[in-house]
Amino acid sequence: MTEEREALIAAVREFADAELAPNAARWDAEKHFPTDTLRRAGALGLGGVYVREDFGGSGLTRSDAVAMFEELAKGDTAIAAYISIHNMVAWMIDTFGDDVQRERWVPGLTEMTDLGSYCLTEPGAGSDAAAITTSASRDGDDYVINGVKQFVSGAGSSAVYVVMARTGEPGAKGISAIVVPDGTPGLSFGRNEQKMGWNAQPTRQVVFEDVRVPTTNRLGAEGDGFGIAMRGLNGGRLNIAACSLGGAQWALERALGYVRERETFGAPLATNQSIMFTLADMETELQAARALLERAAAKLDEGASDVVPACAMAKRFATDAAFNVANTALQLHGGYGYLHEYGIERVVRDLRVHQILEGTNEIMRLIVGRDLVNRL
Amino acid sequence: MKIIVLVKEVPDTYGERKLDLETGLADRAASESVLDEISERALEVALAHAGSADGVEVVLLSMAPESAAATIRKGLAMGAASAVHIADPALAGADLGLTARTLAAAIRRTGFDLVITGNLSTDGSGGVLAAMLAELLEVPNATALSSVEITADSVSGTRSTDDRAMRVSAPLPAVISITEALPDARLPNFKGIMAAKKKPFETLTAADLGIEPQDLSVASSIMTAIAEKPPRTAGVKITDEGDGGTKIAEFLIENRLA
Ligand SMILES: Cc1cc2nc3c(=O)[nH]c(=O)nc-3n(C[C@H](O)[C@H](O)[C@H](O)COP(=O)(O)OP(=O)(O)OC[C@H]3O[C@@H](n4cnc5c(N)ncnc54)[C@H](O)[C@@H]3O)c2cc1C
Ligand SMILES: Cc1cc2nc3c(=O)[nH]c(=O)nc-3n(C[C@H](O)[C@H](O)[C@H](O)COP(=O)(O)OP(=O)(O)OC[C@H]3O[C@@H](n4cnc5c(N)ncnc54)[C@H](O)[C@@H]3O)c2cc1C
Repeated sequence: MTEEREALIAAVREFADAELAPNAARWDAEKHFPTDTLRRAGALGLGGVYVREDFGGSGLTRSDAVAMFEELAKGDTAIAAYISIHNMVAWMIDTFGDDVQRERWVPGLTEMTDLGSYCLTEPGAGSDAAAITTSASRDGDDYVINGVKQFVSGAGSSAVYVVMARTGEPGAKGISAIVVPDGTPGLSFGRNEQKMGWNAQPTRQVVFEDVRVPTTNRLGAEGDGFGIAMRGLNGGRLNIAACSLGGAQWALERALGYVRERETFGAPLATNQSIMFTLADMETELQAARALLERAAAKLDEGASDVVPACAMAKRFATDAAFNVANTALQLHGGYGYLHEYGIERVVRDLRVHQILEGTNEIMRLIVGRDLVNRL
Repeated sequence: MKIIVLVKEVPDTYGERKLDLETGLADRAASESVLDEISERALEVALAHAGSADGVEVVLLSMAPESAAATIRKGLAMGAASAVHIADPALAGADLGLTARTLAAAIRRTGFDLVITGNLSTDGSGGVLAAMLAELLEVPNATALSSVEITADSVSGTRSTDDRAMRVSAPLPAVISITEALPDARLPNFKGIMAAKKKPFETLTAADLGIEPQDLSVASSIMTAIAEKPPRTAGVKITDEGDGGTKIAEFLIENRLA
């Protein structure tokens, strides 16, 4: 690691240690979304890690980002994961927006005084995202948006919603990406979903009833929306996977401490070979996941042609490996692992959803498999 | 106005601090090295002033092994404009006298209106460096300030003692030392970290400063003995056989703890 990367990671670690870790259990229990803490994350530079610098981004690389999200997640996985989604939104506007759009939305997003949400999934369209039915119909210089988005992270707290809506033919080619600011008439939100984990950040439906925004709120050209949404997800998948890695690494370190101290049958747990083997496998899985993630991040930085399957396989492998490691860390703690107090079960609950969102791990296999077969 | 902040790299307080019994030096490899928190607070005093007044330049100065460069750069990331690092193996194990002579030479070379130090470092805990520097630089000295106000030509503050708080002030140039009562330092942000690598960073040797570390004509202290700190002995266990309370009271009285 370069001295500069080390200094950046050290700053993230200090932030996670001071601002996230001491509060993670309470935020989970109270379902509290700490927007004030997020503003401090923005001041640090976490609001637009790989957003260009002219409107407040940090201008860093994807390789920097994965190392940062891993560190951040050691403090609070759910908050780190929200910051990852926020970064995806900020990057989409920065990359596909024109200068007027960038100047309007990027500064607030990078400072995290304005939060961002990504609105793709619908009640009737998850994995098959090209089947969305939320419509944006042209009316003069405006779009009028109608439909429902499901499972939107940050919804209700965000200032900026990037909405994938149908502006044309069925399928992927008829979709556009449109920015809808909070407060636009006709925009409303469902209740905060009761979830297994990710309790420190809200997940709600976003409802559009004749929501009118100017066509100048569209990112890119009409019909580019699906491609924009998928491009966002490449980096999103890496960051979510990095959050898994951080949560699991934290759980592994807890388990290491525990098995050295806890005695059964007159000896520390760590003296059992089966436990040593378990620890060795946990470490190996996480190192392998980290290597795959670093590889995919480097490809994203280089703009390699196989970036999509590289991100998909890293996301699939890392989120599965990390969930299993966290769950094993819980098992190694015996009954104590099941108590909120030890924090391990929270990480297990938080990491579970990383196997589902930003493309389920089955869809990741579909991407990798299709790429393989098509290459023949 | 030029403010020089003296920063020191020290072993992390959370780690166990050890002395190397062979050399008598602090074992720096035994725990992680960090910027001393009191140095960070001293830097915060300077940066806060630089943020509220025009034309204030904040310079970091440290005498530390070459490996401390990354730690010093953290101060640049926090907002200092430049750094001077005196890194010379010949200065390893310097006593307070040599440390003060060397730092004073560097301060003169850089030029200054105000020098800010911590009142007491976490590792050496000498607590006299600020006074020694003021003597060598022939400027006024205000130590252990728990509040600081800086103007264009003076520095003043509160100096707390056991029974009262004093108001002190001095015309510039001057040397001050500050206490832990002053605010925590700001965290460096990514922009600061990225900017730090482009800021002037000067590395000097003792010779560059005209300092002869082995100069025997200058009084210096000699460490004559060093020992491992004695292992903690087991405490006294009082078993309660109905008279536990009395026994504890007797123990406390006997040891003049009551
Ligand atoms: C807490 C949370 C937060 C979320 N945040 C966001 C957000 O911010 N923005 C957003 O747009 N979405 C968000 N989502 C939605 C998430 O991305 C979707 O839930 C996910 O893409 C899966 O869609 P689905 O739930 O409709 O499942 P479905 O698509 O109905 O899939 C059901 C099951 O079938 C499998 N499956 C589907 N198709 C195939 C196939 N062809 N072959 C094999 N197996 C298949 C899936 O892998 C899955 O196991 C969030 C979800 C959750 C739970
Ligand atoms: C094993 C051992 C033996 C020692 N033997 C002797 C001895 O025999 N005689 C003797 O006089 N001293 C001795 N010392 C002390 C050592 O020389 C001092 O630690 C050192 O000179 C710096 O002083 P301090 O940290 O105690 O200063 P303090 O006065 O406690 O420091 C106050 C402030 O001065 C500044 N400062 C201190 N040092 C530096 C630095 N290097 N660079 C930049 N700023 C600095 C910082 O702002 C600090 O907060 C010994 C130390 C050790 C560990």
